[in-house]
Amino acid sequence: MKSILKSLVVATALVSVVASAALAADEPKKGGTLISVLFQTPRHLNPAVQSGVVTGAPGAQLFAAPLRYDEDWTPQPYLAESWETSDDGLSVTLKLVKNATFHDGKPITSEDVAFSVKTIQENHPFKSMFAPVTAVETPDAHTAVLKLSQPHPALMLAMSSQLMPIIPKHVYGDGQDPKAHPQNSENVVGSGPFKLTEFKRDEHVILERYDGFFIEGRPYLDKIVMRIIKDQSAASIGLENGELHMATFVNTVRNINRLKKVDNLTVTPDGYAAIGALDWLAFNTVEGPTADPKVRQAIAYAVDKNFIMKAIMLGTADEAKTGIHPGSPLYNADVNGYDLDLEKANALLDEAGLKKDGDGTRFGLTIDFGWPSMKPQAEYIKAALKKVGIDVSVRASADFPTWAKRVGGHDFQMTMDTVFNWGDPAIGVHRTYQSSNIKKGVIWSNTQQYKNAKVDELLEAAGKEADADKRKALYAEFQKITSEELPVYWLNTLPYHTVYSDKVGNPPLGIWASSSPMDRTFLK
Amino acid sequence: MMNFITPLLQRTLYAVLLLIAVLVLNFSMMHLAPGDVADTISQSMGGADAETMDQIRRDYGLDQPFFIQLAKYVGNVLTFDLGYSFFYNQPVTTLIAEKLPATLLLVITSQLLALVVGVLLGVYSARNPNGIASHFVTFFALFGYAAPVFWTGILLLIAFSLKIPLFPVAGMSDVTISGGFFAKALDIARHMVLPVITLSSIFLALYSRLCRASMMEVLGSDYIRTAKAKGLSEREIVMKHALKNSLSPVVTLAGLQFSAVISGAVLVETVFSWPGLGTLALQSILARDTPTILGILFFSALVVIVGNLLTDLVLRLIDPRLRGKT
Repeated sequence: MKSILKSLVVATALVSVVASAALAADEPKKGGTLISVLFQTPRHLNPAVQSGVVTGAPGAQLFAAPLRYDEDWTPQPYLAESWETSDDGLSVTLKLVKNATFHDGKPITSEDVAFSVKTIQENHPFKSMFAPVTAVETPDAHTAVLKLSQPHPALMLAMSSQLMPIIPKHVYGDGQDPKAHPQNSENVVGSGPFKLTEFKRDEHVILERYDGFFIEGRPYLDKIVMRIIKDQSAASIGLENGELHMATFVNTVRNINRLKKVDNLTVTPDGYAAIGALDWLAFNTVEGPTADPKVRQAIAYAVDKNFIMKAIMLGTADEAKTGIHPGSPLYNADVNGYDLDLEKANALLDEAGLKKDGDGTRFGLTIDFGWPSMKPQAEYIKAALKKVGIDVSVRASADFPTWAKRVGGHDFQMTMDTVFNWGDPAIGVHRTYQSSNIKKGVIWSNTQQYKNAKVDELLEAAGKEADADKRKALYAEFQKITSEELPVYWLNTLPYHTVYSDKVGNPPLGIWASSSPMDRTFLK
Repeated sequence: MMNFITPLLQRTLYAVLLLIAVLVLNFSMMHLAPGDVADTISQSMGGADAETMDQIRRDYGLDQPFFIQLAKYVGNVLTFDLGYSFFYNQPVTTLIAEKLPATLLLVITSQLLALVVGVLLGVYSARNPNGIASHFVTFFALFGYAAPVFWTGILLLIAFSLKIPLFPVAGMSDVTISGGFFAKALDIARHMVLPVITLSSIFLALYSRLCRASMMEVLGSDYIRTAKAKGLSEREIVMKHALKNSLSPVVTLAGLQFSAVISGAVLVETVFSWPGLGTLALQSILARDTPTILGILFFSALVVIVGNLLTDLVLRLIDPRLRGKT
């Protein structure tokens, strides 16, 4: 009995020692230099006038936004300590934290919020983000009221670091074109947890702790070095040998699977739901055989998504059944996913009146692809559709602009494409399906030329529906209709992964990945 | 001396005409390709609307007729203005000047390494053409020549950055290192080892094979037999008499390889994230950043032409027989 008791005591002591050790390791520690990697050179570092996640990663450290998000989709206070939407949904009042300053020491005021919104409205490519904002009122230095022409729930996600950095009016409001402002790449005066030390194109972005940051005790890190390494294989070796602590937006499947086997690295697909990148097969819904929805459905039945996910994506990507990312709370999984069914495919094609000729061919189609990395998918689809009598020829493009010219100009029958949700569907989803967004010459508009009055109506209503449940129902119906009419056949999520070493605490795994502030990230 | 300078002047004149032709040809070819920088800027933005795209085209003068754009461009280049990068919002000359030192460092070091090692190996294997070592040199050289540079690069990375972590994976310097000039120079040298070996692996084969062949030819000629008959030592024969005469094809080749070195640098720089002209070239091609691509092409043409002129000069210096010829 005594010995049992003794061993119990020893065991308890041991457990508590281990537990406290584990606790100590997870306790945020101050100091240190985090070395991460960017796979492209940002054009510049000001996300107010430049979209994209390559600008977003350093941009979210340099500039703070009214709100921030972690793993779930609930907004949290950041530069705005509180926010309130009026009952009619036509004004959103932000109360700013009082002690916030820009990197030059000047206070961050509601004037700067108004200026930032105006700059973004005028220069940012995503016009729908702030389109309903008619004015920003500034009753006092720490209150900003966004006046809206209609309720605009997308505003909540738009007020995060990737899309709404707060930039200083006294710097960027000097009359120069904000898109070409010299202080977008050097002497950046930001509002975020880190300030710019040095930006050298094709080499690195070096950020250092801003001591005057408005959240007490943050950021934890002294420095972040974002090295620019374009070759993901080389960067993977750097992660393996410890030269790099962290990489975000890794999407080369072989590297992902190789890194998963390395002991002291964690590889996770978490954190990419808001960016919401989807791979899909788009159809020309106006010209050629694909103008018939039955043909599009037949193609969907004949293409085996599982093959793509297993053999091409090597298990690193998830299935996507609609135009909304499966990680979004608005995703409707209860739609037809078009599992492989050659019989149905053949029947649908027969129904469409496209009979097989003597040597078993029904008709010919072309398939384009925008990135060399999508060639395997295009080649696979060619092989898959041969089985149902569609003779597909793969059209290669010399480079991205060549492809963009073809697809933007509606000169295509089918194309592989990757499109981002960018947070709220009103920002990144509507554009693909709204008939008002059929704009020749513009890539990632409604290049399928898909027209459905009901879908237009649903999207219009969902865009301004303030009630979360009603909004969800509207989007659910939209997803249901489009999954039947298939202007595009959604295949899978882009296999973006974050890779980080055991030394990194609190890596950016919120819904905006590395486009969110890393003030809580630390080195153990 | 006169017959040294006249051909040179003549060549310089040809060179200038050639440069202008290159300029017009490059510009026209870039315009044949569909799509433009507005597409790539909108790509880097994640999509843009029609007004933004038109605005971009207006900002960069892409809405003007082709001949006006061409005339403007050639005019600008003749006044040493290479234009403004669409993608980086920087003058192209600044971008090139920023990246040039890194590329020159890489290219010149690898060329010198390849030349010296190649000539040594060539001489060595020419003296014992059927020895095992000679076959080994041949095999090794051909292997280096045949293997794609990016593959060699990645293999070296796996071997010497991952398995035996001697060298860093990427970049030209470690930003966390602080210290004086010596510490920084040492750091850059450490970063240079793998890219230099990779880049020189292609040229090593060429130089060693060529040197071997021409050395063997020279060693078999009459005057070498005479020198042997005079009782000169083997060493003296090879170093003093044979080597000088067998070098001239190697020098010609080295001059011609100037262009190949720049194109090879694109791949090596990409694999090792070496911040040089090659990386810039790749980035601007992907972004369809016409002024930067044209600037780099123009600059490369300039380098090749100057390289050829210099080769000519050096050849005339080491081989008196060439001096009178044009």
